[in-house]
Amino acid sequence: MTLLEIKNLHASVDGKEILRGIDLTVNAGEVHAIMGPNGSGKSTLAQVLAGHPAFEVTEGSVTYLGKNLMDLAPEERARDGLFIAFQYPVAIRGITNAYFLRSAVNAIRKQRGDEELDMLDFIEILEEKLKVIGWDDSLMNRPVNDGFSGGEKKRNEILQMAILEPKLAILDETDSGLDIDALKIVADAVNKLRRPDNATVVVTHYQRILAYIVPDRVHVLANGKIVKSGGKDLALELERRGYDWLKAEAA
Amino acid sequence: MTSLETQVNEPYKYGWVTDIDTDTLPAGLNEDTVRSISLKKQEPDFMLQWRLRAYRHWLKMTEPSWSNVRYPPIDYQAISYYAAPKPKKQLDSLDEVDPEVLKTFEKLGIPLSEQKRLSGVAVDAIFDSVSVATTFKDTLAEYGVIFCPFSEAVREHPELVEKYLGSVVPYNDNFFAALNSAVFSDGSFCYIPKGVRCPLELSTYFRMNAEGSGQFERTLIVAEESAYVSYLEGCSAPMRDENQLHAAVVELITMDNAQIKYSTVQNWYPGDKDGKGGVFNFVTKRGKCLGVNSKISWTQVETGSAITWKYPSCILQGDGSVGEFYSVAVTNNHQQADTGTKMIHIGNNTKSTIVSKGISAGFGQNTYRGQVKIMKGAKNARNYSQCDSMLLGDKCGAHTFPYIDVRNSTAVMEHEATTSKVGEEQIFYCQQRGLSAEEAVSLIVNGFCKEVFRELPMEFAVEAQKLLGVTLEGSVG
Repeated sequence: MTLLEIKNLHASVDGKEILRGIDLTVNAGEVHAIMGPNGSGKSTLAQVLAGHPAFEVTEGSVTYLGKNLMDLAPEERARDGLFIAFQYPVAIRGITNAYFLRSAVNAIRKQRGDEELDMLDFIEILEEKLKVIGWDDSLMNRPVNDGFSGGEKKRNEILQMAILEPKLAILDETDSGLDIDALKIVADAVNKLRRPDNATVVVTHYQRILAYIVPDRVHVLANGKIVKSGGKDLALELERRGYDWLKAEAA
Repeated sequence: MTSLETQVNEPYKYGWVTDIDTDTLPAGLNEDTVRSISLKKQEPDFMLQWRLRAYRHWLKMTEPSWSNVRYPPIDYQAISYYAAPKPKKQLDSLDEVDPEVLKTFEKLGIPLSEQKRLSGVAVDAIFDSVSVATTFKDTLAEYGVIFCPFSEAVREHPELVEKYLGSVVPYNDNFFAALNSAVFSDGSFCYIPKGVRCPLELSTYFRMNAEGSGQFERTLIVAEESAYVSYLEGCSAPMRDENQLHAAVVELITMDNAQIKYSTVQNWYPGDKDGKGGVFNFVTKRGKCLGVNSKISWTQVETGSAITWKYPSCILQGDGSVGEFYSVAVTNNHQQADTGTKMIHIGNNTKSTIVSKGISAGFGQNTYRGQVKIMKGAKNARNYSQCDSMLLGDKCGAHTFPYIDVRNSTAVMEHEATTSKVGEEQIFYCQQRGLSAEEAVSLIVNGFCKEVFRELPMEFAVEAQKLLGVTLEGSVG
């Protein structure tokens, strides 16, 4: 089943074109990696899919679960199971992760017409989900990302992903700033959350994380376009050769 | 959503007018006005003399202009200083209160009748210039607690009133306190005797109704040795095009080991979205920790009024006494607030805590102004101050003026201040998790105010959260 179909997507910020015709199809059960040098538009792609107001889609189409994604408000996309693990998650003072996530879960449930969860019900579900990824609840009662270390913030994004059970998760540079042990823990959780009916897109600069989250497809983004796609071996080739040879091909 | 531009505010929910016969003094202020008020209240002579001294002093004073708020000149001769629902006869029981007045309070969520009244909270309901009902008076009397309208206290407990009135805020303290001292009409009086922990929350609800009138109430709370009381005030007013003046005075006194917890949820009419109308809330609130190890806490949630100008303060006279100030002030549309506190440390080992949260939206201007003063004789005084400002949108302002005056080198002072903007990134982050922009702002603001909300009594914390939701509704575009 096709979850996401992007056709000739162009997007700009402040009149400057960043994405210049992206084509990408993601099916349920797949893991895709989007790689590319700095400034190639990797994060922009994630932000555009999430509906960030700073970006303007100027051309092309995005179909998500059979709907025109661009017709949906950011929160509607989220409630339909689109999740972004942000590169730079923001802090919300005074609101615990538990409270925040319950609000998020309830917003999703409300959309589906399900009854909202009270704190006790929520904690029950929460504990089950934590068990799946083998994490404890030490982050749950701290204010959302407030005073978190870089690594904790990244872990917190994955924790939210575990609880919200997205259909399509886009991990935007989740590996940056993680040491090797933390990277293994995060990758392990992501792998445990894989199911035949969901998909993951890993946006990254480095091949490192792909040793742990093995992609079905690897795409190289350069200058706002996908310039090469291949299997998992492409990531290794990039690690060896760098990006320059592809940039040259794209130009 | 492309920006945080402020949109039209949610209409003020408490803005209706009650249509009743009112006994109103003609507009204007002179010695006769003062005498008529005193006469209407059947006051003893000491009270009249005190009022007259205040009035004569007020004539010599000029309106202060140091605050960071702007408003057109107030014509003190255009205000009526007394307005009261016409009683059918002497108000001895609720049956004799005008049913329209009772309905008004019921609509405000303050039912006064025996069957419906709030459990656990004794309420003094003040309508314009008079108290119309006080619930649970008898229950409280069994504990020796006096909770009654101020005018009744003047008649029934003149010795207590004479002893404490003006002992914290003297009639010549400031321009608005002097005006209040001359013309105050009603308010609440609470007296908690030695060793008594007041079994109920005490609460006063102020409702301004009459057109062209001001409200000048006075509250006096005395907690004797080892007594404890938690007191809450709430307020609202009809929507009117002209500005209405509310100049109140509150005095608190604690003896040895006594504690007063004073909470305010202020929701006076803030004016319309263009800044027309609204209440001028110019209030003097001060507590004196007279006894050793006594404690006074002020908690305020200020969402209403066109202009809020007040500094609930503590004079920490008794050794080991503690003063606290927790505040949330919201200004939306064209509202202005200049609020904060003063902590005056006189005794040894005195401690004060200040937590102030200012939220500005629309064209709102929010100023924190606070003074911490450690007197020469105050050994080992401690203060902790935290002032946080939050901005929604780019046309509002936040200002902070902390004054620190330390005259004893053993003092320990801490001050923290932050300013944050509810950014589009924060809202977007919440949206990406499924929350709407409105829910996101409410969540972010509630998180910001949490340290203050948790100081409020439970029922009112919920109320305050809701109120904040309403006040800020529409501030996301």
